[in-house]
Amino acid sequence: MSDEARVTMIEFDALLKRNGFALDAQFTSDDSLLALFGPSGSGKSTVLHLIAGLVRPDKGRISVGGRILVDTAQGIFVPKHKRRVGLVFQDAQLFPHMSVEQNLHFGSRFAQGGGRQIPFEAVVDTLQIAHLLARRTPALSGGEKQRVALGRALLAGSEILLLDEPLASLDDARKAEIVGLIARVRDEFAIPIVYVSHAASEVRKLAGCVVLLDGGRVIAQGPSDKILPDNR
Amino acid sequence: MKVAIVATLAALPVAIGFAYLLARTRFPGKTLLDAVLHLPLVLPPVVTGYVLLLLFGRKGPAGAWLYEHLGIVFSFRWTGAALAAAIMGFPLMLRAIRLSFESIDRRLEDAAGSLGANGLWTFALITLPLALPGVLAGAVLGFAKALGEFGATITFVSNIPGETQTIASAIYTYTQVPGADASAMRLMGVSIVIALGAVVLAEVLNQRMQRRIAVYER
Repeated sequence: MSDEARVTMIEFDALLKRNGFALDAQFTSDDSLLALFGPSGSGKSTVLHLIAGLVRPDKGRISVGGRILVDTAQGIFVPKHKRRVGLVFQDAQLFPHMSVEQNLHFGSRFAQGGGRQIPFEAVVDTLQIAHLLARRTPALSGGEKQRVALGRALLAGSEILLLDEPLASLDDARKAEIVGLIARVRDEFAIPIVYVSHAASEVRKLAGCVVLLDGGRVIAQGPSDKILPDNR
Repeated sequence: MKVAIVATLAALPVAIGFAYLLARTRFPGKTLLDAVLHLPLVLPPVVTGYVLLLLFGRKGPAGAWLYEHLGIVFSFRWTGAALAAAIMGFPLMLRAIRLSFESIDRRLEDAAGSLGANGLWTFALITLPLALPGVLAGAVLGFAKALGEFGATITFVSNIPGETQTIASAIYTYTQVPGADASAMRLMGVSIVIALGAVVLAEVLNQRMQRRIAVYER
């Protein structure tokens, strides 16, 4: 653990201009949990999409765990299906035509021999979704969907989890539950997490390092207790 | 009947390909391509048939090449009738399939990509299965259109009993012959039943797709 922690978890430096929005952000982090925090429209999700490879930067360099994913100077752009990043969307985006179990297995067929291999049972156990396996995904509640989405990303050989406002569409009780699970996932599977949120209370619970974004720029970075506003 | 089935099966993969192209990519000339693909819907069928005759007739540029290299002849054969029917049914198919592709949340494809599926796998495992009701609805509509095709067929391959005669051209023939009203009526009944069945089936498939999306978005 202590050796692993010294590897730079993420280095990010990207410039992107699109439809009147400009992102120009640089940060690095060694923490196992990095929160991207800022108001909507600040560029948090764009940063996540750049790491996941859904968007190509005009200029920049992004590496995760020392592995270069994008380097425009060297002409490197790893396509999204080879990045081994587990992206979890705000509304889960489970595949509606598959059962929970099929969703969970979706990534593993592509992850043979690559990435972080986590046993299926361990994921199902930690996320407490064993009773849902045979269910069809459209019938799940919001919290259940998010847990399955987390599991699906973990089982795809991901080296890092990218969570895009995973709590935004949940009620308060479910929020607390999922925050607890995210912390457990981080600790039990020792997988680094980048977490996007605009709610200070969530970020404070998960602690770790916070990058504060506004208007497409990094305006502050540091431990959560120093960066977050104290008004709550 | 054989003509319409072959026409539908042949046009379907092409329609899926173009539908995906139009629904998911941007490129210069897209509007123009869209317009060209829809031409058979708005042109007088006779014009479409005549264009086919010019292109795919034995002396036409495409027809001559196909005959010399592959031994395929379209003009005045049932294969030509199938080609005409496929071309005429194509725009209907394309529209239905394209709409169903466009109704699929792109982030589902992004999710599949970040889980390790490349473009082809994503299409095969996510996009196509989710679009299936729309694809089937498009196929059914295209089939119904192919079955009833008259103008382009008669211009391109004429009306040869046993070779290029379709239900539509057979009905036309009967109406030209004194005393064949009963036969014409019978075929008319057949075509009304098939057409009605096809449209109802397409609508049922469409509603099923809408419901699936609605459940999923809740």
